[in-house]
Amino acid sequence: MEIRPIFASLRKHRIPALLIVLEIALACAVLCNAMFMISQRVAQIRQPNAIDEQGLTVLTLHGANNALASSEIPRNLAALRSIAGVTAAATGSSVPLSGNNWGWSFSTRRDASVNDSGNTTLSLYFLGQDAGKALGLRLLKGRLFSADEYASNHITSGILPQLPVTVVTRTVAANLWPGQDPLGKVLYASPQAYTVVGVVDDVLRPYANSVNLERGYYAMFFPLQPSAYLSYYLIRSTPADRDRVIRQAQQVMDKLNPVAVVEARSFNQIRNEYYADVSSMVWMLVLVCVVMLGVTAVGIVGLSSFWVAQRRRQIGIRRAIGATRGDITRYFQTENFLLTSLGIVLGMALAFGINAYLMQHYEMKRLAWYYLPIGAIALWLLGQVAVFGPARRAAAVPPVVATRAA
Amino acid sequence: MLSYYLQLAQRSLRRSWILSGLMVLAIGLGIGASMTMLTVLHVMNGDPLPGRSAELYRPYLNPLPVDFKHGNFGPDPSINLTWPDAMALLKSHKGVRQAAIAGGSLDARSTAPGGRLQTIDGRYVTRDFFAMFEVPFLHGQAWSQTEDEQRARVVVVTQSLARQLFGDEAAVGQSARLGGHDFRVVGVVADWHPRPLFYADTQERHFSAADNFFLPLSTAADLKLGVHTTSGWGKDDATSLTSPTVSWLQFWVQLQSPAQVAGYQQFLFDYAAEQKSLGRFERPPSNVKLYGLMAWLDHQRLVPGDVQLQAWLALGFLFVSMLNIVALLLAKFLRRGAEISVRRALGARRNDIFVQLGIESALIGVAGGLLGLAVAQIGLWSVRQRPDDYAHLAQMDLSMLLGTFVLAVAASVLAGLLPAWRACRIAPALQLKTL
Repeated sequence: MEIRPIFASLRKHRIPALLIVLEIALACAVLCNAMFMISQRVAQIRQPNAIDEQGLTVLTLHGANNALASSEIPRNLAALRSIAGVTAAATGSSVPLSGNNWGWSFSTRRDASVNDSGNTTLSLYFLGQDAGKALGLRLLKGRLFSADEYASNHITSGILPQLPVTVVTRTVAANLWPGQDPLGKVLYASPQAYTVVGVVDDVLRPYANSVNLERGYYAMFFPLQPSAYLSYYLIRSTPADRDRVIRQAQQVMDKLNPVAVVEARSFNQIRNEYYADVSSMVWMLVLVCVVMLGVTAVGIVGLSSFWVAQRRRQIGIRRAIGATRGDITRYFQTENFLLTSLGIVLGMALAFGINAYLMQHYEMKRLAWYYLPIGAIALWLLGQVAVFGPARRAAAVPPVVATRAA
Repeated sequence: MLSYYLQLAQRSLRRSWILSGLMVLAIGLGIGASMTMLTVLHVMNGDPLPGRSAELYRPYLNPLPVDFKHGNFGPDPSINLTWPDAMALLKSHKGVRQAAIAGGSLDARSTAPGGRLQTIDGRYVTRDFFAMFEVPFLHGQAWSQTEDEQRARVVVVTQSLARQLFGDEAAVGQSARLGGHDFRVVGVVADWHPRPLFYADTQERHFSAADNFFLPLSTAADLKLGVHTTSGWGKDDATSLTSPTVSWLQFWVQLQSPAQVAGYQQFLFDYAAEQKSLGRFERPPSNVKLYGLMAWLDHQRLVPGDVQLQAWLALGFLFVSMLNIVALLLAKFLRRGAEISVRRALGARRNDIFVQLGIESALIGVAGGLLGLAVAQIGLWSVRQRPDDYAHLAQMDLSMLLGTFVLAVAASVLAGLLPAWRACRIAPALQLKTL
């Protein structure tokens, strides 16, 4: 295919050609950034969470007498366990993605102060007995807590637990002690110190981090005796039984706690609520991308049709002197390909520019390189699809047009 | 002449109705998407107290130790005031009015039979709060200065909470049970929820949070009622709310003249200098600031990054649509070279052609604006279905309604400039020859 004539004719139509290139460039830049934002948010929503999400029911009591918690918790748990299909029931201070966060800054050094820059902020989960089983924590190393530890541990000075044991997630262990055995290592929160006795698979914090996904796993676990801190009831069943368990747990607890407001929900519901605004943003971005590509395609169809109409005579002459229909179609397709390619090159530069600006002002990472070829292929395809109709119409111009009066 | 041009434009648009339809569609979608997001931004950046906001100021002190490192998570503790600082500012009476404020939630049970326990959000405030923010009272009045000092068990409730607690009976004088304590209702105010809720802590939901009761701050502190957010930086175990190393109070002051503002700034500076000389503040007194209400909201960055990103995206989309219109109009106008040449040969000046084509693009703009308005209404409806804090506010007001039209017509006329200019430069002789 000879492309010099294409350049020659584009030089004559500089403004329309420039407009197509600009439109493609802008579409490419917005598309790459939007796809990147979509993928970031999808990755956030899909972030794995090593608890039994499908089987877990979470129940909260509101307005119960806190002073009676230590005696009411065992009674409530016994009632919940008696529901058919419940395989484990326990209490905890919070659950992943609930937004109810208790964080503290820890150090691997004994002498670090609470404001030390090397400290790591971890979310604290306090577990009642059996909570490991009720959540479905996957123990990777070491052990969870003993019945003694559950029974004796309490919170000192209003903030941190008194017993010097803790269990951390895999990510915490890997980042704080890379390449070493985390068991027996100590986390300091002066004046307290906690020895790691076990490592569990990655569990999300009550607040997951939207940019640094790994930070979403910065959580640790402590045993705790029944007290008002343990305000979440964790009830595990098979996923098939779950909805019935939620209903029955609600009834049982309503009857046992007449003054309190009881709310039983599946963990899935908590997850969906937590990510609701993220997923609405994803749909919004998808919609804008689709509509924008549609508008760009309309522009290409419009301009190509105009060109074809303008060059009817030129096409007729080419047909009359031996060009096949295929030659004419290919001419317009190649022309579109060249313009799109130019637009894509410009658009890539623009995409990185926009990304750099967004990185400065918003929580945004550097655009991954592979969005550029994806965006390029999408726009090439779009251009070819859009130009197909006008190119076909051009090919249909009969050679006899050449003989008509000019 | 204008009506003739309009007629011409109408005829031309109808002749190539597919192309015209596509143009209207493109500009309508572009305008609709951007106006949806701009409306959301507009309502979020609104003035919460029109008429009064220019007189309201928020003092900022920084009592943090010099070596304090603010982590990536959580708010900056110096945003709020500590109890000793707030009390010192309050007692100085340097402003026309001033109030210390904290948010809290208390349980209440409706008196209706089978009434369920509910958590009600409210504010612990000092007396000037009501007059300073012009809270509209329906019955009764604010508590007195003496009641503030004596930690009286009194409460001001909103109309809707009064209805929940007492039904249709008059609320003033009744006893309301909140958080396990009894309070005497001294006033009922209209459901007053400024948007954004500028006086709330930065961690609260500024666009959906609503206060339904107001208690004296001294009473709340006396009863040790829970507050929404506290942050401490003491090395010792500082959980007491009166500790000088725990910040949890918001503070607002009313100042009516530039001289008063300057005076208050000086007062803050002197206060910080005094605290530094006493050894309580470690940072220099030049750290103090006095924010105006709108400047404070700006400083707090209440508009979520996602909303701004969406607005940028929508504007980018509008720009793509405009480029599209330029391209399509160019195609449309140049294709009519012959018609333009005939008009030119019959005596129309270049200007006439330019105006004629300009009117045609404006007509497309008007149609696009109408479509854009419909698209924006659908867009805003879908925003209102979202779970976000600000979602329920997504409504168009008159200024945005007009703005949509102006933007649509301006965008399409702007987009029509280049094509019209190109078209009116067509040489008539050359075109006439080919007819």
